[in-house]
Amino acid sequence: MEIKVVRKVLDVNNTMAAQNRKLFTDKKVFVLNVMSSPGSGKTTMLGKTISRLMPDIRTAVIVGDVSTTNDADRLAKTGAPVVQVNTDAFGGDCHLAAHVIAKAAENFTLADVDLLIVENVGNLVCPAEFDIGEDAKVVVLSVTEGEDKPLKYPLMFRVCDAAILNKIDLLPYLEYDKGEAVRNIVQIHPGIPVFEISARTEDGMEFWVIWLKEKVKEKLNP
Amino acid sequence: MHEMGIAMQIVEIAVASIPEHLKNSRVQGVYLKIGKLSSVIPDSLRFCFDIVSKDSAIAGATLYIEEIPVTARCKSCNNHWTIIGPAFSCPRCSSGKIELISGQELDISSIEIEDDSNGEQSSANA
Repeated sequence: MEIKVVRKVLDVNNTMAAQNRKLFTDKKVFVLNVMSSPGSGKTTMLGKTISRLMPDIRTAVIVGDVSTTNDADRLAKTGAPVVQVNTDAFGGDCHLAAHVIAKAAENFTLADVDLLIVENVGNLVCPAEFDIGEDAKVVVLSVTEGEDKPLKYPLMFRVCDAAILNKIDLLPYLEYDKGEAVRNIVQIHPGIPVFEISARTEDGMEFWVIWLKEKVKEKLNP
Repeated sequence: MHEMGIAMQIVEIAVASIPEHLKNSRVQGVYLKIGKLSSVIPDSLRFCFDIVSKDSAIAGATLYIEEIPVTARCKSCNNHWTIIGPAFSCPRCSSGKIELISGQELDISSIEIEDDSNGEQSSANA
């Protein structure tokens, strides 16, 4: 006998994400979910970004890693409050789920936060699938990875609102076709803004920071 | 990569979906819809499902997976088509303003429960 069920497998996460979104909206906090493969330079990029946002935009960070607190230690130097989530306590999860964000956010006084950045676990597959209650998703890719990464991980590039192509200062030393990488990103997600930057030299950073500031302002001062 | 967690959710939902009066019947199958754009690998999911379900109320159930193609509608010219390769613009008018109609599913559609051979309740109420 067939029993109709019709439920989303990720229902529990989606419900929790909706609760997060309501809480963050009530508290006037913009939430940015930053995702990438491991080693794309996400932490350096975020450190430089936060330095340009503070103190105008009061920023807090949740950092997800399977283990170690190295990234949190690096980001804490910006003066932003940082909470490290080690997913090995949750079975070495490859992504941050909505309930983990809810718990981590309890560490902040949300009334004093305008922007909450979530540095997700380095992984182009799983984090794309899990809503955490964010307002925008950004993917960071670096020029030391293959130009075809967007074609291999289409869901990630479909769900994101912007893409950052990092480490462009290394281009003279690589046989990397930047045009092809950008074409591949846009093929998966027509119209997506692509920011070509070097977090190390800070080339191109201003355009990305302006985009982010606009997004935050749109939510906080509509 | 997160198939184990997904398998745990599937088992939890399937167990909760068994109607009270059929609690002692064997669940034969769990029917799932997975969109081709979702990042779940059917073979890995079946493997994890077998491990997770073994010690649950649906032990022995088979996971049936229907893969759903990625289909889209063009917001500019209203063309409908199935996306096969990694290209997300309209093949007719090249517009990038598209709406995905299917392909991101990760849904349980139903469970199959063995008809009770004693048959009193289930057939009487059918």
